[in-house]
Amino acid sequence: MSRLLLNKRFALSGLLLLVLVLPLITSNAYMIRILILTFIWTIAVYGLNLLAGYTGYLSLAHAGFFALGAYTLAILTVTVGLSYWLAFILTLVFTSIVGALIGMIALRTREHFFAIYTLCVGYIIYLIIYNWEGMTGGVRGFIGIPSPGSIGPLEFNSQISNYYLVLFFLVLTIVVIYRIVHSLQGRTFMAIRNSEDLAKTIGISTTKNKLIAFILSTFFAGLAGALFASFTRFIGPEISNITMTFDFLVYLLIGGIGTLSGPVIGTFIIVWISQELQFLQDYRMLVFGPILVILIIFAPRGISGFIIDWNLKRKAKKQQIESMKDMENNQEVKEG
Amino acid sequence: MLLETVNLTKKFGGLTAVDDVSFSVEKGKINAIIGPNGAGKSTFFNLVSGYYPPTSGQVFFKGEEITRLPSNKIARLGIARTFQTTNLFERATVLDNIIVGNRLRTQSNLWDAILRTPRLKREEQKCLDKAYEVLDFVNLTNHAHSVVENLTQEEKKRVAFALALATEPELVFLDEPAAGVNPDETEGLAELMKKMVDHGITVCLIEHKMQMIMSIAENIMVLNFGKKIAEGTPEDIMNDEEVIKAYLGGERHAEVK
Amino acid sequence: MDIFFQQLFNGLTIGSVYSLVALGLTLVYGILHIPNFAHGALYMMGGYITLTMMQTLGLYYWLAIFVSIVVVGLIGVLMERLVFHHLRHAPPIHDKIAAIGMLLFLEAFAHRVWGADYLEMATPHGQVVSVFGITFTLQRLIIIVAAVLVMFTLYLFLKKTYMGMTVIAMSQNRAGANLVGVNTNKVAMLTFFISGALAAIAASLSSPINLVFPGMGHLVILKAFVIIIIGGMGSIPGAIVGGYILGFTESLGATYISSDYKDIIAFILLVLILTIRPNGLFAKGGQS
Ligand SMILES: Nc1ncnc2c1ncn2[C@@H]1O[C@H](COP(=O)(O)OP(=O)(O)OP(=O)(O)O)[C@@H](O)[C@H]1O
Ligand SMILES: [Mg+2]
Repeated sequence: MSRLLLNKRFALSGLLLLVLVLPLITSNAYMIRILILTFIWTIAVYGLNLLAGYTGYLSLAHAGFFALGAYTLAILTVTVGLSYWLAFILTLVFTSIVGALIGMIALRTREHFFAIYTLCVGYIIYLIIYNWEGMTGGVRGFIGIPSPGSIGPLEFNSQISNYYLVLFFLVLTIVVIYRIVHSLQGRTFMAIRNSEDLAKTIGISTTKNKLIAFILSTFFAGLAGALFASFTRFIGPEISNITMTFDFLVYLLIGGIGTLSGPVIGTFIIVWISQELQFLQDYRMLVFGPILVILIIFAPRGISGFIIDWNLKRKAKKQQIESMKDMENNQEVKEG
Repeated sequence: MLLETVNLTKKFGGLTAVDDVSFSVEKGKINAIIGPNGAGKSTFFNLVSGYYPPTSGQVFFKGEEITRLPSNKIARLGIARTFQTTNLFERATVLDNIIVGNRLRTQSNLWDAILRTPRLKREEQKCLDKAYEVLDFVNLTNHAHSVVENLTQEEKKRVAFALALATEPELVFLDEPAAGVNPDETEGLAELMKKMVDHGITVCLIEHKMQMIMSIAENIMVLNFGKKIAEGTPEDIMNDEEVIKAYLGGERHAEVK
Repeated sequence: MDIFFQQLFNGLTIGSVYSLVALGLTLVYGILHIPNFAHGALYMMGGYITLTMMQTLGLYYWLAIFVSIVVVGLIGVLMERLVFHHLRHAPPIHDKIAAIGMLLFLEAFAHRVWGADYLEMATPHGQVVSVFGITFTLQRLIIIVAAVLVMFTLYLFLKKTYMGMTVIAMSQNRAGANLVGVNTNKVAMLTFFISGALAAIAASLSSPINLVFPGMGHLVILKAFVIIIIGGMGSIPGAIVGGYILGFTESLGATYISSDYKDIIAFILLVLILTIRPNGLFAKGGQS
């Protein structure tokens, strides 16, 4: 047990070290760019995971909230002219508030009603962004979004500094999510996922806790969106499209829904495969669509869940063998 | 008198599942509700535990009206329940299922979780201690780390009991706790219920196993077609004509055993 | 006033298409309790297959539609057999994700095979007709009439044939139907076939006045969901009436409110309904 934990720590530190020094050992700007985008998407997927994976509510408006974060930042910095970090914080507050308002209503519905409701909310956000040209730039998109402003001596004009900034937020996200999941709050979410009725009868306010999960998920979507806007500096309505939500879902499902490492694993693997399969481009869903279906039937908790289950089984077997050995020993003692 | 219902009624469309039922759960005793299938017993539980609101009538707990409170608030007041079909999280361990049972007696929130405050750590320990305490109570300590789906039916029932007890209730409602459990094990579950009462927890159960009911219950209510047709001690009930008719079958109820 | 009647007529045309799509969706929902997000992909496939039959094999419009009905119906059956059947006992989140997976696949497939372009479908019924001051192409009239015919046929099938009655029986009570000897597997496949067929008909009828492209199913399926929530999930009359209501609302809304935002009408309607009645318009009482 402790050895496993140690191994895990070791592997994690190694991984972190690797991503930390990566920009220093490679000068491949394209690769760094892809990595930054991957980090951003991972943050968004963590938000989705908290709601869909840990609380059991499949939201199909996630890209909408991602876009909400991106456009809010764009509007606050460019149109309103606020300083970057003030706009950044306001963006997070704003997406959370919108999330709270929508969540309050959406969460009165359940299961497929919730999925359809959020699907429609996502679509409304898309249509608004698409049609409200004066504010969002419509189809042409929104250009000239500033890079993150400097904090004291830290400036974020170069790609590498952006890399570290986004990485910082990713690590922060993971730490926060880890702490939430491994706390009474996380157990509360999971109790709701497992059975809302049972959760209620053991005194859990499902209304309140579902709302917390929903707001958290929009918060992380908004955070990712804001980072995306200031990194790419140009955004278009397609980031709020349902296909974007589906992309997030694919990352989450393949990595492992309801697992802590799922979002990282899924996003990295899929983005990486997509890069390798460049020739597939628009047809990548030809591959990922069926994978999604097969996974949900045979390994519903994705790669990460598969590994966890496999480990559990191995452990159980080991225990069995050990207890058998114990019995044999006891017998020997008796016989001897 | 710990809990009291006054003219409690629940209609589902044209069907009156619970019809004008007034009943008192007596403190410190084992109370029972019996009746043929579809008599409205589970619905009665659902009403008093706030699972859904009654069409009319009232529910009082320790003299305070709780009629339209949501079930989570009712749980907080000290009323716990189990479901007819155990809906535990089958793929998690017993301990993981139970720990969250004491959540309603804790204060820590999202910020405590994110900041890992001492309060959170203290309360997590409290929940864990509580979980071991109730597992010990129901004799399942050795199964703490077993996955629920690998347990026997009777063990699952015990886990459901433990979860209910983890909420620190004064009153527990048990919906058919001995269904699908063999006679020997039924005996064990009956002992467990007596043990709860000995520890100051009032019990109210639904059961079809007459023998068990008659031997442990002190106060019984009989429902038939949603109506209360009798109430009293086991002797009263066994000698009640209407009950005999409902169970042994007058003309209409021939198909009910 | 003329504009008003013209828009009413247009609403009837759009409504016919919506009704057909919503019918297929509601049938599947009624029987298997699956919100089939991939239904829009069936619609899209219906459009492409009819178009391909006409263009590459040179089939006559109505013959091409027939082929499309069979093919898309079979795709529906495959969906049921290969995917949904295995998820009968899975948590509710799973079938939705599987449906999304199939949707993504079919769209990418269409993209790959037919490209991303917006294609036109020629109709032999392009004549312009003018009655009572309303001007329209014959195709629009055909959409309306054909939709009514299809609904009527479906009605006869469900009410008058044994097979149809088993479908109804199962939608009312799956376990009960199983008990009285209905082969639930067969009924499930049949339902998916009908659902696919209806989608193919709807797409083939509407394509000449719209266009054929990989994303053509998106809006339609979303609106079909709105319709069946308005009409009651699983309700057949609800889907038909809901379809026409939405058709009218949209075409009048486009004229009198804003054509940019006409697609939003449906979603705002839905959001409003679910806000007020979280379990749908016709949910039975009971659980809060
Ligand atoms: N949510 C509901 N909606 C509609 N009818 C319901 C609902 N719940 C219960 N009923 C009906 O109310 C009646 C009473 O059901 P209930 O479950 O309370 O019976 P019961 O006494 O617990 O029976 P059993 O011994 O079989 O558990 C039954 O006819 C049942 O079909
Ligand atoms: Mg019952």
